[in-house]
Amino acid sequence: MNGPPSRAVAVGRHVILIAVSLLFVLPFYWMLTSALKDDTQILSSPITWWPDPIRWENIPQVLNYPGFPFLRMLWNSVFYSGMVTIGTVISSSLVAYGFAKLRFPGRNVLFIATVATLMIPPLIIFIPTYVLFKVMGLIGSYAPLIIPQFLGSAFFIFLLRQFFMTIPNELSDAARVDGAGEFRIFWQIMLPLVKPALAVVAVFTWLGTWHDFFGPLIYLTEPDSYPLSLGLFAFQAQRTTEWALMMGASALVTLPLIVLFAFTQRYFLRGIALTGIKG
Amino acid sequence: MTSAVRADSQSSHRSPAGGSPPSRRGRGLTLRRRESLAGVLFTLPWILSLIAFTAYPVLASVFYSFTEYSVVQPPEWVGLANYERMFTNDPQFWIAVQNSAYYALISVPLGLVMSLVLALILNFGAKGIGFYRTLFYLPVLAPPVVATIVFMLMFSPDSGLVNTILRGVGLPTPGWLDDPSWSKPTLIILSLWALGASTLVFLAGLKEVPMSLLEAAAIDGAGPVRRFWHVTIPLLSPVILFNLVMGVINSFQVFTSAFIAGGTAGEPLDSTLMYVVLIYRSAFRYFAMGYASALSVILFLAVLVVTLLIFWSSKVWVFYAGRDQ
Repeated sequence: MNGPPSRAVAVGRHVILIAVSLLFVLPFYWMLTSALKDDTQILSSPITWWPDPIRWENIPQVLNYPGFPFLRMLWNSVFYSGMVTIGTVISSSLVAYGFAKLRFPGRNVLFIATVATLMIPPLIIFIPTYVLFKVMGLIGSYAPLIIPQFLGSAFFIFLLRQFFMTIPNELSDAARVDGAGEFRIFWQIMLPLVKPALAVVAVFTWLGTWHDFFGPLIYLTEPDSYPLSLGLFAFQAQRTTEWALMMGASALVTLPLIVLFAFTQRYFLRGIALTGIKG
Repeated sequence: MTSAVRADSQSSHRSPAGGSPPSRRGRGLTLRRRESLAGVLFTLPWILSLIAFTAYPVLASVFYSFTEYSVVQPPEWVGLANYERMFTNDPQFWIAVQNSAYYALISVPLGLVMSLVLALILNFGAKGIGFYRTLFYLPVLAPPVVATIVFMLMFSPDSGLVNTILRGVGLPTPGWLDDPSWSKPTLIILSLWALGASTLVFLAGLKEVPMSLLEAAAIDGAGPVRRFWHVTIPLLSPVILFNLVMGVINSFQVFTSAFIAGGTAGEPLDSTLMYVVLIYRSAFRYFAMGYASALSVILFLAVLVVTLLIFWSSKVWVFYAGRDQ
């Protein structure tokens, strides 16, 4: 606390940091290297830390695995995450702006109700919603997974509202005097000002949808329509012994997120810090 | 609300570009009304969502819980039969309650302590701390399905990585997910792996602790341990509350890892039959929607009661700076 730490302390800190980091990274390392081993090397004693020989041919084998149409499922995941992200960003920003900047009767009650919904376990909502979509004949399609997201998400409405609140009202008042409509004020003045927050919402929504397992498990019926998360589970349920291929498939499901993370790291970490403080 | 929506069809949304300006008073009223109208229009999607995808399902769940309902046939009123069956005639219900309670009671406190420790480590003033922070956060990126499958490989009882290492250093080698007494601890270890999110929330909280307070305490002769307990922890308590509530809500609802490791049967020997797995099985395997709804109503009440208890107790232990206790 007083001045820079001594050399011994600094070294000690790095030793701790490296040791803990290794624990977090080890499963990734094991997944990636196992994907390029043969099955006997994966479960060998002594441990085979590095694949020898490196079996690159595992990759095309995973991509062409019957019952795990990777490209098809990748497209499903991209479609699912993309649609949900678009829907959530558009609807949540509209609603959040309404709550933050427009006065209308019942606004506060509505906002309190919105925050209260965060406490409701999603499961109590799942069963009647499933029945609803079943009656509408939409089970087996992506509609039940996507449509609700186009109407807003409580958590992100809450988050974005906090951002809109920080923008001074003078800006929109001036535009209003100039005769701009409310939508134009929102679209051309307010939205550009909360771009970083929108990025946070987009990245988190994408990640959450990519991870989603329960929703697709309930609503989708045909393997051809599965996103990667569900496809991987089906793949695992069929084949418990071919570890190399399963690790390859796992890596393929995870890598797009790591790439996304590499590009959006700033927003990610900022978003977490923000939700922590605002929560 | 309806009147405001109806008003929309009468007045145009865009303000007229030209035209003679109305009187000051009239203009003010229109502005106010136009704002109300815009407010309702902006929030309309969410109002619809609240009705269709929150209020309706919650009420319907409560209604279904008093019925026998297989989706194909209309629900049939059975009164409290589902609840009676749950509490008196379904041993699996109690197993699932115990499994979920075990999981929550161990993983939540352990997760809190560990993520706080990790945040303290990340709060070191070390070079390249941003890089370490990224590494700590990396597990959050792994889809739960992937994390579970990779853990199944690493914790494979015979010759998985973990047991091979344990054997190498002469430690006992548990059966992990294959052993009913070790399967839940294995799932808890898995949940601890992805602590990055709550760690960063703690880290953000730690950054808010004013250096001046810590320094003042140091001048008063408080050592690092006392500073931590009497300055850092009280200032951090709102963040602890946040992470505790989120942790409880999430752990009550653990599904993916348990389902992938143990299937709908909660193998081995019901040991991974978590409460949500039981609901899933009742609803989507046996299409006993009424019974599953009753189970989910009980889960709802349990989460509500525990959350309220935590909030109620927080009056004693959460310290809000600038507010007198």
